[in-house]
Amino acid sequence: MSEAMDLPLGDPGGETTHAGTEVLMAARDVRKLFPVAREGLFGQRDYVHAVDGVSLDVRRGETLGLVGETGCGKSTLARCLSRLYELTEGTIEFDGQDITNLSRRRLRPVRREVQMIFQDPYGSLNPRRRVGSIIGDPFVIHGIDSRQDRKRQVQSLMERVGLNPEHYNRFPADFSGGQRQRIGVARALALHPKLVICDEPVSALDVSIQAQILNLLSDLQDDFGLTYVFISHDLSVVRHVSDRVAVMYLGKIMEISASEDLFTTTRHPYTRALLSALPTPDPDEADSRERIVLVGDVPSPVHPPSGCRFHPRCPKARSHCVEAVPPLEQVFDDLPSHRTACFYPLAIGEDLSQSVPQLGAGESEIVSSDGAEES
Amino acid sequence: MSDVPPVGVGAGVDSATPSQGPAGGPGAETSTGIEGRSPWVLAWQRLRHDRVAMISLVVICLIGLVAIIAPLFASVTGHPPNQQYRGPGALSPEGLPAHPSSAFWLGTDDLGRDILVRIAYGSRISLLVGVVATGMTVAIGVVVGLAAGYLGGIVDTVLARLVDVVLSVPFLLVAVALVSITGASLTITILVIGFFSWASVARIVRGQVLSLREREFVEAARSLGASDRRIMFVDVLPNVLAPVIVYATLLIPVVIVVQATLSFLGLGLPPPTADWGGMISESVQYYTVAWWFVFFPGAALLITTLAFNLFGDGVRDAFDPRTDRLIGQK
Ligand SMILES: Nc1ncnc2c1ncn2[C@@H]1O[C@H](COP(=O)(O)OP(=O)(O)O)[C@@H](O)[C@H]1O
Ligand code: SF4
Ligand SMILES: [Mg+2]
Repeated sequence: MSEAMDLPLGDPGGETTHAGTEVLMAARDVRKLFPVAREGLFGQRDYVHAVDGVSLDVRRGETLGLVGETGCGKSTLARCLSRLYELTEGTIEFDGQDITNLSRRRLRPVRREVQMIFQDPYGSLNPRRRVGSIIGDPFVIHGIDSRQDRKRQVQSLMERVGLNPEHYNRFPADFSGGQRQRIGVARALALHPKLVICDEPVSALDVSIQAQILNLLSDLQDDFGLTYVFISHDLSVVRHVSDRVAVMYLGKIMEISASEDLFTTTRHPYTRALLSALPTPDPDEADSRERIVLVGDVPSPVHPPSGCRFHPRCPKARSHCVEAVPPLEQVFDDLPSHRTACFYPLAIGEDLSQSVPQLGAGESEIVSSDGAEES
Repeated sequence: MSDVPPVGVGAGVDSATPSQGPAGGPGAETSTGIEGRSPWVLAWQRLRHDRVAMISLVVICLIGLVAIIAPLFASVTGHPPNQQYRGPGALSPEGLPAHPSSAFWLGTDDLGRDILVRIAYGSRISLLVGVVATGMTVAIGVVVGLAAGYLGGIVDTVLARLVDVVLSVPFLLVAVALVSITGASLTITILVIGFFSWASVARIVRGQVLSLREREFVEAARSLGASDRRIMFVDVLPNVLAPVIVYATLLIPVVIVVQATLSFLGLGLPPPTADWGGMISESVQYYTVAWWFVFFPGAALLITTLAFNLFGDGVRDAFDPRTDRLIGQK
């Protein structure tokens, strides 16, 4: 099932404005399965297909957004990229080095360069340790700086992320959610990593606090020359922070493109459905805009649907979608950086709300009706 | 990543620029002091307001003081702990233990020894065994529980089996067998008690660690490149310490009683060492004629274990005011 995922490394075609084209991290056909409890004595072992064949490039200096509903495998992918999980299959290259199978010891220098910011500002800080010592952890673990220096370093970090350096000796419980997330940011940035994987860094925060943290991340990216992988289930957040966006569904990338492109030239029916659920500030636009209400629930990742994973809920699904897995590739005359995993991608202006699934329909008639629209 | 406009509905939320200036932004301070109050300090503050626990602590301190100044009892009364006295006042004409008197404040035992002085010396044994055996128990149990819970896999399987085995061994039987081979001594007593108690501590710790290791702060430590040992002792251990401390304070009185029981059964310390279990054992034949012989050592044992138990209850409540009676099933 390795369907056309073998993009060449250093894939050209990045034409985004201020992000480079040099590949910092390259994931190829990454799979992560979790075993689930065996059913019956001779039952076959079942697996949660949390991440099921993902290939991505993260380019130096960019913010790559990763968006998808809860449970689609974003966090698992993040933990695979940062090598917190062993991959079931696939490879991960960082800065030109294959880190897929590095031993713990050989991984240590990589850990300095790749950092994570976690979703839960309560769970990700040790409640029994003082904030100064939490933020100082990276220095201690990597044997950097003397005790005296460390305190100074930590306090200047605290100041940089908007915390009062005098609160060095407080415990996490003494801080609010937003302040705690700043602590997590300070810890992640302590050693000036190259890549920071932010796993829903603002999802647990009040809306009013979210923008502050996002601004902070943005400032720090400029100051430190950081590359971000920014994960969220909220397309409106991802849209604002990302140079490129990858849309994930049930362990697979459905569509990936430059951020503006994704919103102006949406190709994948799933992306369109996500977009149509966004609130808009303009009531007229909200009225006129099509609303695509997806039928059914997200299927179980234990037995993901055959063919295109989205077919049970897709308004455009045809019988071919059930049989074959659509490759993630350029469609129509899109830019090479815009790839879509769909046999019947949306043409510009196509109204998806009119579509009805035709799972029994033959392929030929569909192709003709689709192919005529754009050329 | 460009500058971020307000996300979602809230308008103008990015007007505060929290990245400048210390502690800016509306994330209000939730406590005032610069110095955070550690969970230990908070627990101590709660404990200080627990009257029963504080009285118990005073009693425990007094017992400790008695143990330290036991020789003073001997020199003030002029009666060394193992000195046997004959004659009137020390033994009755029939050779039975003598009443409490101005010479022997708590009376004498069947050999004409001063019960008060022997109780003072006996407190040394009880406290020593109680503290040392408990300390050993906790140290072994914590390390085993941390390793089993955090490392998992084959380490966990092996250690969990070991715990099961130790918990299923009949304690007294083995104690009797062991002592009859090696002979009774303080070291053997401590080793036997420690060896049979660590398993329940290991079980408690393992259970806690199993859930702690899934917490994100452990993942954060791993993503920073921390070693397993560092994660176990720097990140996980402080989070299991509270239940361990509660368990330990409640284990001390149990150990003291077990030690007394071993002595009572003749498996404790060889005579003529003064220890409470041994004294009670010697008094058994005389309780109809010399109540003081059994009463005072028994009272000493009871007060000590009661004080530790009440103090332990207080410690438990101080660490977690909501859950009572979760730990301390021993
Ligand atoms: N450690 C695990 N063991 C078993 N299943 C897991 C584990 N972690 C995640 N999963 C499952 O994998 C799927 C993807 O989860 P996750 O990566 O957390 O999604 P997201 O972050 O997008 O919400 C979910 O169905 C989840 O239940
Ligand atoms: S049209 Fe077919 S391939 Fe495209 S998203 Fe729908 S089900 Fe998948
Ligand atoms: Mg997640």
